[in-house]
Amino acid sequence: MSFWSRIANVFRSERVNCDIEEEFASHIDEAISQGRDPAEARRALGNALRQREKSHDLRVIPWLDSVRADVIFGWRQLKRNRVTSAAAVLSLALAIGACTTAFRLIDALLWRPLPVAHPERLYVLSRKGMGFDNKPGEWDSWAYPDFQLMRTAAKGKAELIAISYADRADVTYKTDQEMEKAMVQHVFGWMFPSFEIQPAAGRLFTESDDRTPEAAPYAVISYDYWNRRFGRDPGVVGHTFHYGDGVYQIIGVSEKKFTGTEPGIVVDIFIPTMMHRSVTRQDSTWFRTLAVAEPGAAIEPLREMLAAVNHAFEANRLSGETGLSPVTLQNVLKNQMRLEPAPTGASEMQRGYRQALAAIGALVLMVLLIACANVANLMAAKTAARAREMALRVSIGAGRLRLVRLVLAESALLALLSSAGGALFSWWSAPLVVSMINPRDNPARLILPADWRVLGFGMTLITGVVLLFGLLPALRASSVRPVNALQGGEEPHARQRLMHGMIAAQVSFCFLVVFVAGLFVSSFERLANKPTGFSAERLLLLETTSRPAQPSTYWDQVADHLRGVPGVERVSQAGWPLLKGIGWNDSISVNGAPPSVDLAYFLNVSPGWLETMKIPLLEGRDFRESDSYPQAAIVNETFARKFLQDAHPVGRWFEKASDDASRERMQVLGVVRDAYYSSIRTMLPVVFVPLHHRDPTGRMTSLSEGTFIVRTASSNPLALSSMLREEVSRARPEFHVSNVRTQQELNEGQTIRERLLATLALFFAVVAWLLAGIGLYGVLIYSVIQRQREIGIRMALGAQAGDIVRPVVGATLYAVALGSILGLGAGLVSTRFIESLLYQAKSSDASMVAIPCLAMGLAVMMAVAPAVVRALRTNPVSLLRAE
Amino acid sequence: MAKTDSLQGTLDLLVLTLLARRPRLHGYSIMAAIAEMSEDVLRAEEGSLYPALHRMEEAGWIRAEWVKKESGRRTRVYELTKAGKSQLAAEELRWQTVTSAVNRILRMA
Repeated sequence: MSFWSRIANVFRSERVNCDIEEEFASHIDEAISQGRDPAEARRALGNALRQREKSHDLRVIPWLDSVRADVIFGWRQLKRNRVTSAAAVLSLALAIGACTTAFRLIDALLWRPLPVAHPERLYVLSRKGMGFDNKPGEWDSWAYPDFQLMRTAAKGKAELIAISYADRADVTYKTDQEMEKAMVQHVFGWMFPSFEIQPAAGRLFTESDDRTPEAAPYAVISYDYWNRRFGRDPGVVGHTFHYGDGVYQIIGVSEKKFTGTEPGIVVDIFIPTMMHRSVTRQDSTWFRTLAVAEPGAAIEPLREMLAAVNHAFEANRLSGETGLSPVTLQNVLKNQMRLEPAPTGASEMQRGYRQALAAIGALVLMVLLIACANVANLMAAKTAARAREMALRVSIGAGRLRLVRLVLAESALLALLSSAGGALFSWWSAPLVVSMINPRDNPARLILPADWRVLGFGMTLITGVVLLFGLLPALRASSVRPVNALQGGEEPHARQRLMHGMIAAQVSFCFLVVFVAGLFVSSFERLANKPTGFSAERLLLLETTSRPAQPSTYWDQVADHLRGVPGVERVSQAGWPLLKGIGWNDSISVNGAPPSVDLAYFLNVSPGWLETMKIPLLEGRDFRESDSYPQAAIVNETFARKFLQDAHPVGRWFEKASDDASRERMQVLGVVRDAYYSSIRTMLPVVFVPLHHRDPTGRMTSLSEGTFIVRTASSNPLALSSMLREEVSRARPEFHVSNVRTQQELNEGQTIRERLLATLALFFAVVAWLLAGIGLYGVLIYSVIQRQREIGIRMALGAQAGDIVRPVVGATLYAVALGSILGLGAGLVSTRFIESLLYQAKSSDASMVAIPCLAMGLAVMMAVAPAVVRALRTNPVSLLRAE
Repeated sequence: MAKTDSLQGTLDLLVLTLLARRPRLHGYSIMAAIAEMSEDVLRAEEGSLYPALHRMEEAGWIRAEWVKKESGRRTRVYELTKAGKSQLAAEELRWQTVTSAVNRILRMA
């Protein structure tokens, strides 16, 4: 019989025993038929049970066999208290699932190495210091000529690769009427070879595809896009599509595992960098630079060399006359070059969500610990109730280890059941959380595989959980002293101390979770309810492109046409909508002074735009059709205060100073109330300029992009979207709506992270609170039951209600108070780590501390009441009679 | 000569030898055969025989099979496997070595 058959025998133990039994029976038969005395034959065979045990052990793996017995016994124990077991499994499943989800998200975004040849040799280049806007920051965008210089210099030490920020762009495969969105990314031709990515069809770029500007109108599509858009049709190679102003030919499909280098985004179409319109510009930074270090190359010398090359480039570019202030120039040239390891790639989402995910991870870990403490108390109470059984087991010879195993088997069973539930919960919740990141029309996409990493994490988690809630009660159970237990109970206080310790821990975690959740919710509330300075009500935004670029009078015609559509109240135009997150800035010069260090922000708008947005004009007038850019300007209060130091600047002149040293004179026609420009977090000085743009010769220039801002009559502006989309193209066929959104969506887009944090934190705070409440209730009821005899005797002797309640509740309240203080301390410390995620919510705020205090108070009241009632309802007569 | 059950270490050899000569024996007949052939000098106690049989079965030297007897009861019969044959050879060799060594000592003494 092999090892496997011995394992198999473990699970057919009965059968093995029967076989042995039968063999012995036939042996005795034989003996009798040979004329031996039956009794003597039986005696000769010896103690049948012992024989059987001995043979049985030979035919199975004894330890596995006893584990099997323990598991069956544990299962029976769990089944005995269905409700508590189910509650324990449910709470653990939720906590384990949430932890696994947090792990999957963090792993997918921040830890999982890119599926490229040598992720450990990948670095990302960035600059840190003061920016052109005179604010400190870190930037990872680069200009192409600078990149080419650095790449040449780094030869032999590292391969530099340019990868643009993925752009959710319009592409068309047939006619312009069938425009669709795709994630387009410009990548350096050498990227695929240096990452050792293989084609799934066709071929990939090589360096020769990326040598001369506009020479290689080729595209490689990602496997995911190939599958989603083309159903993995191999004939897709050779297809062409329009993107921007060009026509591109698909030459291949990239390997399945490669989805780009920006976690959070799955790239659809790769295009050579040489096809980017800014590829020759020194002043446009539009891509990240990754470095693949050669094996054994020293990083610090490489960084220094790149820094020197970059510094020389910038110094050369910014020498001579520029529109920058000398301070800004100095600052920019002092920027530090950084070369950070980037085995997981680099993305905006990594930057934006690193801390948020860590915070959520910490919260769910607390919830898990609370759940574990609950189950530990439950197990402790159960094993206490089984003290006699344990004592009996010890007295008939069970070893300590055997008892530990017995109790641990039950815990492991609980944990296994919960982890199955947790896996389900995580399978459902991880994609849900990802879909909550980014706006509705451009959701984040994280690759969330269920592979050995997740499995390993799950296994570690379960082991940890079992040890956390199972080991202490198991050790305690195994240390039972038969004499004490059989005499009718051992010292109950040790067990109580353990339980109260658990309660204190639970309460402090719960306090912390509720406290942090309060901060997140309050931050979100403050941001979301902040007045924006304009009205988003019933506003529909039609982001529109025209190909080729059309004169602005044609844009006006389209706007006029839209005004005639039923259900439309007002139509105005702007370069882009407010709070879209993009900006156009330049320095300001007043009275011939040098360019300002601080920047002003610009937006071109049509006459009537202010009224459509309901931004009040404080003085002066709105634009008229005859006004054009430059010359005419409407400024906001912040601009008037900051640059003109004048609350009534109508009629004054100022100059817009560009990087290329050109200056444009503008006259203030009006002043408007402040409204948020690109972000709801900072009020910027803004200059509104006319949409109609005349070049220096006085000719009207054309526009290729703009936004129609439509105030609809109905409260659901999206209802009109498809009709308006068609009407735009009907008005003039060169115009196409590339994106339809509501202003409300953009406003909400400002608080996506805060909303996510607040929602998740609130959810886990409620779960933590419930679990802690249940835990409190359980311990209180348990201590009443334990003391029932004592309570009965005291009642019989005439004790008052207060005297009876105090010992039962006192210690628990003490534990709660201790836990709350610890939780508050931890909360105050933790705010330092989450400060950047908060908005105006202060931990020193009294209400922030009051919320968790109230929550804990409520939990205590709800848990104490039933225990007190139960204690006071004790009937001494019936109790003492039962004894 | 007194009966002895000091079969320590030799029970395996005896069982394997018996099964090599007469295949398909059940437990009782193995026991009876040992007693008979040794003219009651050697006795395999039931208490050690069955664990030994099960252990050797576990080790793969012998294999067991259930057969029906006329009485309707099933009985378990054992036979040697290929591994058992080589084990038997090894055990025999070991036995010869040990006994000849013991004999040498006895003669010298």
